[in-house]
Amino acid sequence: MSISIRKITKQFGDFVALKDVSLEVHSGSLLALLGPSGSGKTTLLRIIAGLEQADSGNILVQDEDVSGLSARDREVGFVFQHYALFKHMNVFENIAFGLRVRRIADAEVRTRVNELLHLVRLEGLGNRYPSELSGGQRQRVALARALAVKPRLLLLDEPFGALDAKVRQELRTWLRKLHEEMHVTTVFVTHDQEEAFEVADQVVVMRQGHIEQSGTPQDVFDHPATPFVMDFLGHVNVFHGRVESGQMHLHGFAVDYPEYQHVESRNATAYVRPHEVELNRTPTGENSLPVRVVHVNPAGPVTRVRLISDTFGAALNVDLSPGRYRELGLRPGDEVFATPKHVRVFLPDDYVI
Amino acid sequence: MHPSSMRTKKSAGRMVADEPLWLRVLLISLAFAVIGFLILIPLAYVFKQAFANGWNGFVKNLWHDADTRHSIWLTMTVAPLAVLFNTIFGLAAAWTITRFKFPGRTLLTTLLDIPFAISPVVVGLMFVLLFGMQGYVGPTLREWGIKVIYSWPGLVLATTFVTLPFVARELIPLMESLGDEEEVAAVSLGANPWQLFWRITLPNIKWGLVYGIIQCNARAIGEFGAVYVVSGHIAGETDTMPLRVEKLFQEYNNPGSYAVASILTLMALATLLGKYVLEQYIARQMAADTEE
Repeated sequence: MSISIRKITKQFGDFVALKDVSLEVHSGSLLALLGPSGSGKTTLLRIIAGLEQADSGNILVQDEDVSGLSARDREVGFVFQHYALFKHMNVFENIAFGLRVRRIADAEVRTRVNELLHLVRLEGLGNRYPSELSGGQRQRVALARALAVKPRLLLLDEPFGALDAKVRQELRTWLRKLHEEMHVTTVFVTHDQEEAFEVADQVVVMRQGHIEQSGTPQDVFDHPATPFVMDFLGHVNVFHGRVESGQMHLHGFAVDYPEYQHVESRNATAYVRPHEVELNRTPTGENSLPVRVVHVNPAGPVTRVRLISDTFGAALNVDLSPGRYRELGLRPGDEVFATPKHVRVFLPDDYVI
Repeated sequence: MHPSSMRTKKSAGRMVADEPLWLRVLLISLAFAVIGFLILIPLAYVFKQAFANGWNGFVKNLWHDADTRHSIWLTMTVAPLAVLFNTIFGLAAAWTITRFKFPGRTLLTTLLDIPFAISPVVVGLMFVLLFGMQGYVGPTLREWGIKVIYSWPGLVLATTFVTLPFVARELIPLMESLGDEEEVAAVSLGANPWQLFWRITLPNIKWGLVYGIIQCNARAIGEFGAVYVVSGHIAGETDTMPLRVEKLFQEYNNPGSYAVASILTLMALATLLGKYVLEQYIARQMAADTEE
């Protein structure tokens, strides 16, 4: 079931939650709405579900306009951040709820619920109550409950936000596998970039009520459309300089920026990812910046090095592989040279980090 | 409180204020004395007087007096009716106030407390003004054959009014704190409003509801002032039990008066017991839940 979101606008009093948001979701895909708090992602999700009404705009599911339908009639499965399980019912009855309100025969309900219990790996726990389950188990019940009525769409609102890191990791993998088995068009909301990248086919980065960029995780990471997207996804070093005649000048060196050929100089900002900076003991050409090691954090799959350029007072974060770090034998206080390998230049709008 | 004049010491995990022993003994004795003097002794006296003519006298006063029998019957019908109306009203009001945002919402919540603030006699007077023969609506209703004042509909009306807030005031904070997530989930799963209410909302609020009903019932049974004005105090017709107690007392029929009073007291004590048992049950439930 494809989803077509057309020019959705929503205001809460003076606060504009969504402004003219349009988006296409392909049938059977897994899409992540990614963004900071207040970006409008949860509001958009709830509007798709019918739990909120947009002030203007339409939602089409498989080319059918559902904007006028109530949440009940949209056949959408919704999973809440805090599960919203029915406290006074056991797991079996929770999952069965959607079927029971449709007056489905008891035998059929039994079959379907047991199928789902098996799917979410909670066989044998049908008699337990939500208070007797762990967070991860509760979320799986919430998912089973949403899937019980064979929804056309599955919507998840920060589904793993309330769980601890290890469980979150497991459930992410599990959700991905589930999606591959079931192929229900799924949209989930998250503020965790790692989660979005790991689980989703398509990532939509939102900010202050509009979409900054939409694309595959690779696309969005390698080719960020705006400074915000670049900064939001992963760590980034920011430098301020000027562009002029096809070049950007900053901190004593220049990078090519052919997009700006004017002679008149303008302020610009350059963004460099920590893993796209090379460190060497000797300079490697014109774009080597002399820097001093301030701090090294060797724990983890990458070694994080913090450096400072004394001349320009600019701080630099560089990620090295442990192998490279050992090769260089870096110590705080060492004088080395940093060469940025891939610099993205943005001419300023109103965005400031 | 000056820290220097109050030495505190921990014993077995409890902070025990180390005030002089004589002071503690005095205060505790005072507390017991007040409760005993103002509450327990008068209550015991009621029962003593009720049985002044022995068990037979007691039964005779209650059962063989037609007017007393009628008053018991009247209380047993008026109070439950008032409780029924207020339960429905309380549920509706709590639902509206906690699940919708609309202008005047806080005002409405405050207005719900009016029946508590107004003197019951004034309440009675209000209804007489409205429904009495010199009132606004009275003559019209009379034409349709409906008699409100000096008749049992008036009793129900007055009793309902004075006990109006009980269920609502119990449910509003409860439903506020429960939040509507479960209900939203139920709607997204396809529940219609009726299914939503019966399967999700009601089970979650049932103890608060029972608590509110118990309180409402206790007050409804004992209501005097409003019912007095509205009923016309006609023995054998519009006297509820509290009114009957007063009438018997006026007629110098002490044993009779105390007999009915003792039944009223028993009802009140039963209510208190019910409330106590419920509180214990809920406390045990909550302790069990937090242990999970």
